[in-house]
Amino acid sequence: MIHFTLNGEPQALALDPATPLLWVLRDHLGLTGTKYGCGEGACGACVVQLDGEPVKSCSTPLSAVEGRSVQTIEGLSPDGRHPLQLAWVLEEVPQCGYCQSGQIMTAAALLARYPRPTDAQIDAAMSEVLCRCGSYARIRRAIHRAATPEVQGG
Amino acid sequence: MADSGSAAAFTRRDLLKIIALSGGGLALGWVWPARAETNETPAPSRFEPNAWISLHADGRIQLRLARAEMGQGVMTSLTMLLAEELEAGLDQIRIEPAPIDPAYTNHLLGEQATGGGTSTRDGWETLREAGALARTLMIAAAARTWGVPESECRAHRAQVHHADGTRRLGYGELAITAASLPVPTSVVLKDKSDWTLIGTSQRRLDTPLKVRGAARFGLDVRLPGMLHATIARCPVIGAEIRGWNGQAAREVPGVIDVFAVRHGIAVVAETSWAALAGHARLEIDCRPRVNTAVATERLRSRLHIGLNGRAPVALREGDVSRALAAAALEIESVYEVPFQAHACMEPMNCTADVRPDGCDIHVPTQSPAATQELAQRLTGLPPERIRVHTTFLGGGHGRRRELDFVHDAVELSHRLVRPVQVIWTRADDIQHDYYRPMTLHRLRGGLDAAGEPVAWFHRVVGPSVLARRDPGRIRDGIDPLMIDGAASLPYRFAHRRLEYRRADTPVPIGLWRGDGHSHNAFATECFLDELARAGGRDPLALRRNLLADSPVHLALLDRLAEHWAAPVPDGQGRGLALVEAAGSRLALMVEISVDEGRVRARRFVAVLDCGQVVNPDAVRAQIESGIVFGLTATLKGAITFSDGRVEQTGFGDYPLLRFDEMPEIESILIDSDAPPGGVSPIATPAVAPAVANALLALLGRPFRTLPIRL
Repeated sequence: MIHFTLNGEPQALALDPATPLLWVLRDHLGLTGTKYGCGEGACGACVVQLDGEPVKSCSTPLSAVEGRSVQTIEGLSPDGRHPLQLAWVLEEVPQCGYCQSGQIMTAAALLARYPRPTDAQIDAAMSEVLCRCGSYARIRRAIHRAATPEVQGG
Repeated sequence: MADSGSAAAFTRRDLLKIIALSGGGLALGWVWPARAETNETPAPSRFEPNAWISLHADGRIQLRLARAEMGQGVMTSLTMLLAEELEAGLDQIRIEPAPIDPAYTNHLLGEQATGGGTSTRDGWETLREAGALARTLMIAAAARTWGVPESECRAHRAQVHHADGTRRLGYGELAITAASLPVPTSVVLKDKSDWTLIGTSQRRLDTPLKVRGAARFGLDVRLPGMLHATIARCPVIGAEIRGWNGQAAREVPGVIDVFAVRHGIAVVAETSWAALAGHARLEIDCRPRVNTAVATERLRSRLHIGLNGRAPVALREGDVSRALAAAALEIESVYEVPFQAHACMEPMNCTADVRPDGCDIHVPTQSPAATQELAQRLTGLPPERIRVHTTFLGGGHGRRRELDFVHDAVELSHRLVRPVQVIWTRADDIQHDYYRPMTLHRLRGGLDAAGEPVAWFHRVVGPSVLARRDPGRIRDGIDPLMIDGAASLPYRFAHRRLEYRRADTPVPIGLWRGDGHSHNAFATECFLDELARAGGRDPLALRRNLLADSPVHLALLDRLAEHWAAPVPDGQGRGLALVEAAGSRLALMVEISVDEGRVRARRFVAVLDCGQVVNPDAVRAQIESGIVFGLTATLKGAITFSDGRVEQTGFGDYPLLRFDEMPEIESILIDSDAPPGGVSPIATPAVAPAVANALLALLGRPFRTLPIRL
């Protein structure tokens, strides 16, 4: 039995501890907001937060989350009004949208660490997540917007 | 074409029907000639699904969205077209996916499908007319209810208001009355000056779902009792699976069965993870084990043969041979464009639930009608029993016009009599694509003594995409898709010849963002810069001369001119390219630098004329998207072959442009009253030539092979 916290709620799962967290979320817990893009940690579509750090859930075995706290896109805010989500809407970031959960969870971990990130800090953090639609420039603007409460309202 | 403010005859339909809804209200449907001939009149209580809009007595307004939302923003832009004329807010319209019906045929593609920058062009009249008709009926119903002339009534936010300022009725309250009214034979579309939505940046309707992880893509479909499956395909092109060992796969907990299907060996499991883990443990044996004919060097040699000898002529103006012989200077270049994958972020997948009495298919597809036809063939069920539910698409780019993943799921569900979701691994996705074809291009140009181009020869050599997809469109050996852009080159030359030499290879090929433009624009726009250089001309000035008779193209270059004339940043090169596709025109300028042996695109200026802009911010997003897609193909990898196998397996060896490589992009949209053009395909083809031309300017040598290697 693996015990951990998921989006603030305690979880106890009797699954193969080698099962990647991505598939625990998608196959067993019905949380499909976290996406499968490559399964080998190369695209970042599956990023969730583990104790506040961005991790690629496709390459994180369930055993690694024992006793720790996992946050997924579904747990980022109760109503979709996290500053990043609001900024994402205002900057019209998503196109196809498939990678955006990974983008937003990576950005959320970045902001937790650097509330006013520099462009270099944004580059370093966000280059881990691929977007085939080229939403990168809008992501940068949205992160700056979310980090700057006075312009959040647009 | 219906001009704004004028009465629109219903050009595309024989008959427009108002259908009463069982719950009260009406739906508007178009009836096609074939259907009209059956003289089948639906019972008044029946819900008729071949409608774009339904207006319900309880006030609900539904739009049936018959195009796939794959990032290009159709969910919003098509809704804007309807809402503009309907006089309803975007927030008042519910969107649901349309079923398969001839009423939803995309006339630019000839089927109910999405792609090639056609959705807004195809919907421009249809959806506005549908909205205008509904508004007309609502006003008529209100006028009748109040006993006043229609001219005293006005619609706003799904209500009809009377000029006296005291009376108003919601569309829901008017729906039942409206359903009994005669169908107008024509409607008046709003004048452009009265538009409140079209031409304004509207927030995308799908964004709130997409920032919460709540948008349902194909892989997010969950059905009761659903199984998960993977299919291991033979990695060698032209080979077949002769033997396989599923023992290790079967031992994976959760794996239910392993067996051969049409396209490979299926691993069926209780969970996605078990299906993937089983897939990784399968051993398959293909015969032949190698196919030495499918190797990039061999394929290139094969295409090279086509550069010489005779070839079918697609276009002939003047006498190119004589003009070249008489030219003061003749130059010749050969360009090479490689196979490219689509690499949609959402790997291919499909969920099918085949039952004895019917079938439901949940799939991120650009081709729902073809999906239904395939399922009909595989299951024997009649089409009306096969429902296709199009989910959000995690990228399309032409890949999702194909049906291989649909085949996988329908075959498995039919056999297992359970809902089955088939998931492709990233390696499956990269290795079993229908690639953008490899092509070679020979260009010859002749300059007169003043350095002015007088003769232009272009031969395209490559496999035919339509040979598999639509062979009837190949005429006299010419695949029109392969000469896209090369045939419609906007430049005026006194003498011009275009040839296409078909050179098929065993590699599966298909549609890819920009289609033929993506290879032809590279060759033609790079060669123009080579001609400019040979003749001592400025690339923009040369293009201006060749476009002297075309004000729309000149307008683009004029808008770009100030950026072009600005000093080039130190150490950088600047290039431009012009592309015309899908009814739109783009002039694209790029500034590049070479840092540590790597090309870096630093800044783009895009000047786009796409006719009437529907949702400006969405158009800008498509420019950005097309540029990034094009940069990946210009600077990153390619699909290559060795011993019959695709050499790339994932994002490690088929990298995509990363966040820290994103250029600055400035988009300038030209004001236009012309009907909308397509936008998603236009930027991608312009990127490679613009970058190569910038490198030519910076380094003084041409780059004629993609992807660009210094």
